Amino acid sequence: MASRRDLLLAAAGGWLLGGTARRALAADADQRQDSLATLPGKKPLIRRTWRPPNFETPLADLVPAFTPNEAFFVRYHLAVIPEIDVDTWRLKIGGSGAQKPLVVTLRDLKHDYKRVTLTAVNQCSGNRRGLFTPHVPGVQWGYGAIGNAEWSGVRLRDVLNRAGVAANAVEVVLNGADVPVLPATPDFLKSIPIERALDENTLIAFEMNGHALPHWNGAPARLVVPGWTGTYWVKHLTEIRVETAPFDGFWMKSDYRIPTGAFPGVRFKTQETPETTPITEILVNSLVTSHASLARVKHGAKVELAGKAWDGGARIAAVEISTDGRLSWQAATLGRDLGRFAWREFQYRLDTSKPGALVVAVRARSGDGTTQPDKLTANPAGYHHNIVQTLTLEVG
Amino acid sequence: MRGALADMALWAALAGACAGAFAGEETIQLHDGSGRELTAARCATCHSLDYLQSNAPAMDRNTWQKTVQKMRDRFGAPITDQEAQQILDYLAGSYAAKP
Repeated sequence: MASRRDLLLAAAGGWLLGGTARRALAADADQRQDSLATLPGKKPLIRRTWRPPNFETPLADLVPAFTPNEAFFVRYHLAVIPEIDVDTWRLKIGGSGAQKPLVVTLRDLKHDYKRVTLTAVNQCSGNRRGLFTPHVPGVQWGYGAIGNAEWSGVRLRDVLNRAGVAANAVEVVLNGADVPVLPATPDFLKSIPIERALDENTLIAFEMNGHALPHWNGAPARLVVPGWTGTYWVKHLTEIRVETAPFDGFWMKSDYRIPTGAFPGVRFKTQETPETTPITEILVNSLVTSHASLARVKHGAKVELAGKAWDGGARIAAVEISTDGRLSWQAATLGRDLGRFAWREFQYRLDTSKPGALVVAVRARSGDGTTQPDKLTANPAGYHHNIVQTLTLEVG
Repeated sequence: MRGALADMALWAALAGACAGAFAGEETIQLHDGSGRELTAARCATCHSLDYLQSNAPAMDRNTWQKTVQKMRDRFGAPITDQEAQQILDYLAGSYAAKP
C-alpha cells in the first residue's frame, strides 16, 4: 500500500520525487506489470488469466460514463464457453416452486414482455483483490473488474409470474451455458432470494449499451441484479428455477461468502450461517479515472481530478477530496445522475501552485450513510475492497 | 525442450477442445524443475498456467498444499497422491515466495 509512504512524502513538504522514491512507490502501489491481450470481439484488455478468460478494463476505458462493450471486463470460472446460436437458444423456467414451467425463446422475450432499460454498475466481487495486503489467492484483479452500462431486457418477475411462483418459494436458481472441463467440477449455478428475483429492477438482459450482449458478457441473455456484485449476474442463461428450499450448490455454499456481520449490505438470510454469509450488495466506492498514481501534472495549470463513485443503489450523496493527508476534506462536484444503480461522475479542481508531490485522497459517501473506510476489512476471498483511494501526483 | 513441445501439444489439443478458446496461453513458460511437465499437464487440464504465476508471490508450501488439495477435493482434478506430492514439490520449489 502506498498510502503511508505517500503521506510521509506529503508531510515532508512537496519535494520532487527522486528516481528511487518513484521506483519504491511504483513497487508499493498498483503499478504492476500489466499485459494487454485481445479476446475476439474485444479491444485489448488487461489479461489476468487466459483460460478461463479473466480480463479487466484498463483505466483509460473507465473514463466514459458508459463503459464501451468492447472494453467491458470479462470474468469466468469455467473454461468451456459455447458460442450460442440465438435462433435455437431456449430458456427453461421451472423448479419446485414453479407451478406452470415454461420455455421461452429470445423472440418471446422481445415480443411478449415489457421491455425495460436501466443503467447499472456491474462489479466483480473480487475487484481489486490484487491490491490486498497481505496477498489473497485468486484472480489478481486491479481496479478494472467493473463497468457501467445501460442494460435492456425484461423483468425477471414478469417471466416468473407466467411460470406461477409458489407462495412458499424462497430462492431462484440461475444456470448458464458455460460448463466445466471436468464433469466432477461443480457447474456455475447461483441463487438469489425470491424477493430479489421479484424486484422490479432485476432483469433478464439481452442488450448492453444499445447492442446485443457481447459473447464474453453473456450472450444471448444474462441476469442483471442492480446493486449486487457480478457473481449473481449469470451469463448465457439457460435455466431459471424457482425453488422452495435453499440451493446448496458449491458456488453458494463454499464460495462468494464473507464473514457474517463483517460488512454492511442486505443479508441473504436463507444462505446465512453464524460464521459466513453470501456477499450481496456493492459497497460504497470510488475511482479516480483522470489520473493514475504517479502521473505528472503541470505546475500552475488548471487540472481537474475526475472519476466515478458508486454504491449498491442508495445513490451517492457526496464525494470528498483531501490533499493534506486526510486532515480536511472538500466536496467534489457531482455529475449527472444516471440512476441509482449507475456510477456518478465527479470532478475537483486541483491546486497545482506548489511544485512537488501532491497526495490526493478520495472518499465517497452513500445516501445510506456509509462512507469508504480507511482500512481494509480482511476476508479470506478478498472481496469488498473499497478503502479510500490515495494517489500521488507529481506537480512540476 | 521435449517437455516444452509436449506442453504445447497439450495446449493445442485443449484449445481445440474448448469452444471459444483463442491463441495466447501457449506463450506461458513455466520455470524449469522436476515435476514441471506433470504440473503443467494436470493444472492446464482446466485452467491456464498464469494462475500459478500470478499467485506465486504470496504462496508457500502450506498454501500450495491446500490449493492442490482443493483442486482435487472441490474441483475433481484427477490427480493421484503420488502426483500430488510431485506437483507440490515443484510448486513449492519454483512458485513460492518462500519454500
